[in-house]
Amino acid sequence: MSRLRDALARGEFVVTGEVAPPLGTDLSAMKASIERIGPYCHAVNVTDNQGATLHLSSLAASRAVLDMGVEPIFQQTCRDRNRLALQSDLLAAWTLGLENVLVVTGDDPRGGDHPQAKGVFDLDSTQLMEITAGMNEGHDMLGRDLAGATDFFIGGAVFPEADPWDIQLGRALSKVEAGARFFQSQAIFDMERFARTMDELRPSGVKVIAGVLLLKSPRVIDFINNKLAGLMVPDHIAERIRAASDPAKESIALAIEQVRALRDIADGVHIMPLGNDDAVGRILTGAGLSE
Amino acid sequence: MIITRPRDWARIKANLAEVGAEKVFLMGCGQCATVASTGGEKEILQAKAAIEATGRTVTGWAVGEVACHSGGTKLEARKHVGDISDADAVVVLACGAGVQTVADSVSKPVFPGLESVFLGNVVRHGVFEERCQMCGDCVLDKTAGICPVTTCPKGLLNGPCGGMWGGMCEVLTDRECAHVRIQRRLTEQGRGRGRATLEPKDFSKKLKPGSVNLREKKGTSAGGGRDE
Ligand code: SF4
Ligand code: SF4
Repeated sequence: MSRLRDALARGEFVVTGEVAPPLGTDLSAMKASIERIGPYCHAVNVTDNQGATLHLSSLAASRAVLDMGVEPIFQQTCRDRNRLALQSDLLAAWTLGLENVLVVTGDDPRGGDHPQAKGVFDLDSTQLMEITAGMNEGHDMLGRDLAGATDFFIGGAVFPEADPWDIQLGRALSKVEAGARFFQSQAIFDMERFARTMDELRPSGVKVIAGVLLLKSPRVIDFINNKLAGLMVPDHIAERIRAASDPAKESIALAIEQVRALRDIADGVHIMPLGNDDAVGRILTGAGLSE
Repeated sequence: MIITRPRDWARIKANLAEVGAEKVFLMGCGQCATVASTGGEKEILQAKAAIEATGRTVTGWAVGEVACHSGGTKLEARKHVGDISDADAVVVLACGAGVQTVADSVSKPVFPGLESVFLGNVVRHGVFEERCQMCGDCVLDKTAGICPVTTCPKGLLNGPCGGMWGGMCEVLTDRECAHVRIQRRLTEQGRGRGRATLEPKDFSKKLKPGSVNLREKKGTSAGGGRDE
């Protein structure tokens, strides 16, 4: 049974983290990361060729995480596989013991390390969620019976700070109708706006895990504002980090404040430490979520 | 119309060198490639000068009505049969369909002189944009006449994706997100799509190579698609 699903169902405030599989076959760095963040997390996302750059597959890496006793959230992007491969990998994931799946569209290959690649996008994320929900009911996308069904806890991404929000809200609600039971959000900076988002999403019954991104240096802020699609650090927050004598320390203080605020609004937090894994424990302890 | 752009000149020269062509015949197209300013009379004369500048001879040239029309191109080839048989190779300033039609009509080596890039709308004179990929399974009825297959760089039927910011596209950041445009127009027309998710696309409608034969049984039109 997915512990993440259970905890959310019990109304527990959950914590999720994130690791990236290696470019290569040596899993030791990823495992070291799991050792640092795993103890604080209900589950950990294992990214799938994130940023359209080559990495070992989320499928194998998720299993490695599970073998360490930490619950993975297997990620599936629609960018790299057609409907045959996606369904086949989902079946494989279930047999490997992966119970949480986060279904996302994926960044365009033009922004990644293989810009010559063909972006597949045979399905989009909403369509794939619907198909995954069908597999939970025991059939493939053609409606044929599976010899053995899945029982995934299906998640999706949500973008509460995107504008125009009414269009993204419509998309989020379509995802819930398609089978999403939890969302992990893009980094949240505007708590009031996020509270309104929660009011809009709550009636659908979906659980929302709010993104907290560690802005550990002015360089990270520049990267997000210039390179990362679909996210902007608001000026007052950017200024606070830029003006700090110790930006790394200030970023942890900021994250602690954010987690505290989100405790009263969201169903959990998804911490993205951007490589500074040791900060995860400090943030959660500081926010009173861990000893 | 079919949009073409000039092909890397070094590749054309290399092609001519491969077959040791000293004498070349040039063929253009009076339709799309003329409108695209890539294979009309003017461009043929420029290509002629460029080939002559390499020390080669141009035995003749022709700009037929429509290069991709088999009958017309065969006729054009017959009109110039002397110049073509004098040549060692033919360079065609037309789309890939035109090049193949010429290659079927003459017995000499035929080389493409252009790159074929997309089916384009003529937005203004000299400005072309791709709006349709001829997928054989049109969704414009559901998307307010704006094609997501083509104008969303990811070709998502359901969007926007998470990269949309301020209504703009994540991939082509100077353009509005196709799905924002679609939703806005649907709303303006009072036909909000609501939450309906468009079904996965039927790519069997666009299996290669497409073919339509109006002479077969009446009423049949088998595109790349298998429309019964
Ligand atoms: S949906 Fe297909 S046929 Fe319709 S405009 Fe787009 S690419 Fe062309
Ligand atoms: S921002 Fe909109 S148009 Fe651009 S890739 Fe995403 S969904 Fe497609």
